[in-house]
Amino acid sequence: MLRDITLGQYYPVESPIHRLDPRVKLFGTLIFLVSLFITDNFIGYIPAMIFLIIAIRLSKVPLKYIVKGMRAIVFLLILSVVCNLFLSQGEVIWSFRKLNITKEGIRTAGFMAIRLSFLIVGSSIMTLTTTPNNLTDGMEKGLGFLKVIKVPVHEIAMMMSIALRFIPILTEEADKIMKAQMARGAEFESKSLVKKVKSLVPVLVPLFVSAFRRANDLAMAMEARCYRGGDGRTKMKPLKYKKNDAMAYLAIFMYLSVIIAVRIIF
Amino acid sequence: MSIIVNHVSYSYNPGTPMESKALKDINIVINDGEFLGLIGHTGSGKSTLVQHLNGLIKPTSGEIYYNGKDISDSDFSLKKLRGDVGLVFQYPEHQLFGEDVFSDVCFGPLNKGLSKKDAELKAFAALKQVGIEDEYFYQSPFDLSGGQKRRVAIAGVLAMEPDVLVLDEPTAGLDPAGRDEILEILNNIRKERGCSIVLVSHSMEDVADHADRIVVMNKGSIIFDDVPREVFKHARELDEIGLSVPEVTKAMVRLRKEGFDVDTDVINISEAVETISKCFGI
Ligand SMILES: Nc1ncnc2c1ncn2[C@@H]1O[C@H](COP(=O)(O)OP(=O)(O)OP(=O)(O)O)[C@@H](O)[C@H]1O
Ligand SMILES: [Mg+2]
Repeated sequence: MLRDITLGQYYPVESPIHRLDPRVKLFGTLIFLVSLFITDNFIGYIPAMIFLIIAIRLSKVPLKYIVKGMRAIVFLLILSVVCNLFLSQGEVIWSFRKLNITKEGIRTAGFMAIRLSFLIVGSSIMTLTTTPNNLTDGMEKGLGFLKVIKVPVHEIAMMMSIALRFIPILTEEADKIMKAQMARGAEFESKSLVKKVKSLVPVLVPLFVSAFRRANDLAMAMEARCYRGGDGRTKMKPLKYKKNDAMAYLAIFMYLSVIIAVRIIF
Repeated sequence: MSIIVNHVSYSYNPGTPMESKALKDINIVINDGEFLGLIGHTGSGKSTLVQHLNGLIKPTSGEIYYNGKDISDSDFSLKKLRGDVGLVFQYPEHQLFGEDVFSDVCFGPLNKGLSKKDAELKAFAALKQVGIEDEYFYQSPFDLSGGQKRRVAIAGVLAMEPDVLVLDEPTAGLDPAGRDEILEILNNIRKERGCSIVLVSHSMEDVADHADRIVVMNKGSIIFDDVPREVFKHARELDEIGLSVPEVTKAMVRLRKEGFDVDTDVINISEAVETISKCFGI
């Protein structure tokens, strides 16, 4: 049930992308997202697509798995396409009552659909190939310079890693509670919205109770181990750049220059 | 009301690197009115197996028959099945949600389609059966002790009056007294209602006394399926898979080794007392 949502859940295989330093992957994803917004015509999406395909190939995550995760955002995708299709001004090519489809509408709709799916796939490659712990480690180290202006980087990273850690725990818990209530005859597939919401009460109440219990236990366990925040804290596995990371940075910069070049030329 | 598990296999996350084969070709028959003990080391697939019994999990391959009907048939009512085969999950106290104890226990019977009054009668009887006193009926379930919560949760399933009662480690985390009380309650329920009981546990002690039959699981397969006395004869094999025979049985084996003429296929204290008395001619 809830487990089917795979969007961005870490996919454990050995691959060059998995081995990259999380800082590289964070930076790469950021550049990729920026590049999608720099691009203002379809030609610009060709290098983006190539970049994406290479990344997917190298990551050894099956395309099927990534697509399966996309199911969660199909609704969003359709909504944006439909809105763009019907609500754009311009040269009308087809109309039905008050709804007009314009040339510009088709263009923007296609544009947005590609941009949105690239956005999702691009960022999910990062989360698919990086464990949450690694990700927050990378973030903490990568944004470490912000400490100078008194941003509590360590605390934010810690909160993020706990939040990320809790997602699978809570979905698992929700799954279990749903099953337990189904064993008592509860049904969750009701048609009427009111009934549907009502039927969630027996799941949400125990879920909240358990989330608070877990949070409490965790706080207690951290305190029992004398956790006092980031000052003077060392890592068991400090992040270190390797040769591959330098090459990845190079590739990222090359990609960025191509994108900028395309934008200037076309 | 028999349940037949026929060549059932089950994998979690099939087709991904996280795939894990939890059940491999399981065959069990659960007869009418039987008290079945399901034993296995942690991760052996007990919880996975019992969730098949009321259709919460669909087997990857194989079938499950309830009263001769395949439960994965499209015209089979899973809702009715879940009323007939009551499943109490591991740590059931984590599933309580009602404003008070009583309304939580009413949830099951109401889902079954009973009128409010009937549901309340059933809830009342179930709470009595598990030994929850009236004074707790209108308290929040979250204010009870761990053992009391567990009993309320069991009552929640019991109130549906299932023909087969399946309990996943109902004694986990309870002290010996609490454990004995739960086992006693189960025994009484069986006597009063004549329902079958499937008791999942990783401790032989829990099931030695009451179970008619013990099924031992290891890594997703069944390795023994026999009456307790026969199963306990395999002390060494059980030891190898991280299980052990009851302490009394061990003690008798030891006495035998030391040269006392006692029976070694003893499964509970009263039998032990008997054979020791006989040995000393008392
Ligand atoms: N939701 C799940 N997703 C993936 N794998 C699971 C899931 N639940 C259980 N497993 C795996 O299936 C196997 C059997 O698990 P199961 O919970 O049935 O064991 P168990 O005998 O009930 O153990 P325990 O005594 O600890 O409760 C284990 O190897 C476990 O890792
Ligand atoms: Mg279990």
